[in-house]
Amino acid sequence: MDYILEVKNLRKKFKNFTLDSISFNLEPGYIMGFIGPNGAGKSTTIKLIMNLLKKDGGEIRIFGKDHEKYEKEVKNRIGFVYDENYYYEDLTVNTMKNIVASFYSNWDDNKFNGYMKEFDLNPKAKIKTLSKGMKMKFSLAVALSHNADLIIMDEPTSGLDPVFRREILDILYSVIQDEGKSIFFSTHITTDLEKIADYITFINKGKIVFSKPKDDVLQNYGIVKGGLDILDGNIRKEFIGIRETKVGFEALTDNMDKTRKMFGNKVLIERATLEDIMVYSVRR
Amino acid sequence: MRIIISNSSDEPIYEQITKQIKAQILKGELKQGDLLPSIRALARDLQISVITTKRAYEELEREGFIETVQGKGSFVAGQNRELIKEKKLNIIEEKLSKVVEESKDLGISFDEILELLKILYEEV
Repeated sequence: MDYILEVKNLRKKFKNFTLDSISFNLEPGYIMGFIGPNGAGKSTTIKLIMNLLKKDGGEIRIFGKDHEKYEKEVKNRIGFVYDENYYYEDLTVNTMKNIVASFYSNWDDNKFNGYMKEFDLNPKAKIKTLSKGMKMKFSLAVALSHNADLIIMDEPTSGLDPVFRREILDILYSVIQDEGKSIFFSTHITTDLEKIADYITFINKGKIVFSKPKDDVLQNYGIVKGGLDILDGNIRKEFIGIRETKVGFEALTDNMDKTRKMFGNKVLIERATLEDIMVYSVRR
Repeated sequence: MRIIISNSSDEPIYEQITKQIKAQILKGELKQGDLLPSIRALARDLQISVITTKRAYEELEREGFIETVQGKGSFVAGQNRELIKEKKLNIIEEKLSKVVEESKDLGISFDEILELLKILYEEV
């Protein structure tokens, strides 16, 4: 299988934080959501992929090529959306676009103008006068206007209202109508991912907790609710995270079938959401 | 084609899709040669992941309900009459076996089930 993005044993050490031998792969034609709490290492990983930070060890291959050796070639085919605005605030949208466009060999002005219309952006407006949502739309328009095969986005939906988040999802669906293209995006708004993502990669404290098809994750993880009388030390160990109160307990399991066999009708088992999985795994 | 997905159902989404497409083929609402939406277009329309629609189509293909032609798309496969009859019977068999199982659990006899079935069949 040829991967569009391959991260192998990626390491980066900071004073107070270590990204610890991270590995995951993304095939062409699919969307991968990258989740984890604040400070888990999401942005660091993305910066390392984009070579905005130098890695200490490991391997990153994009389109099958080493991301440092072939940096220029690789970046030409990536549409990158960053969570902070990295544009010159005093320039107009159009001038900024002209600067960015000059970096890409496949820049498509028609496509860009199409997005400007679709997003209702004024080309003459200064970047600093744009709202957060407008800036995100501008970044997105740039990322989608040079025929990129891989779209990488760091928290593209954070701070945006639900209406616009839904619009972004529609745009992402239109990108992957082409089965050669993939999208990798980090977020902590997991409801967006529950719809669109094919794969979920979950990072916590600099380590990958899992990287799996979303359907498998949602199929196997469950929230178990029951009375305190059935809990003991061994049973507590069966769960990934547990919240006990005076009136009962709630816990996360990564094997609903096993839990169902163990407890039968003594507990209530419900499907876990990605948010449940994140919260319980981090709290354990 | 008509597909309605419930996000709160316990049934996996790919199964909801396969069931609904199968039912439409068996009822003759979808006919041999009808073109289905592409995997990616269906994912977009239902706002679900590509992997999910792909799995649904693969399942339908494996069971002979649809055929995929590389570069052209997925079509409703030719269904032979006997096979359709058999598939319809399979669906009912599956449901009845659950009824039998539960009846045994509850201590209801074969004659009692039969009696009930008679009444229900005439009523509905």
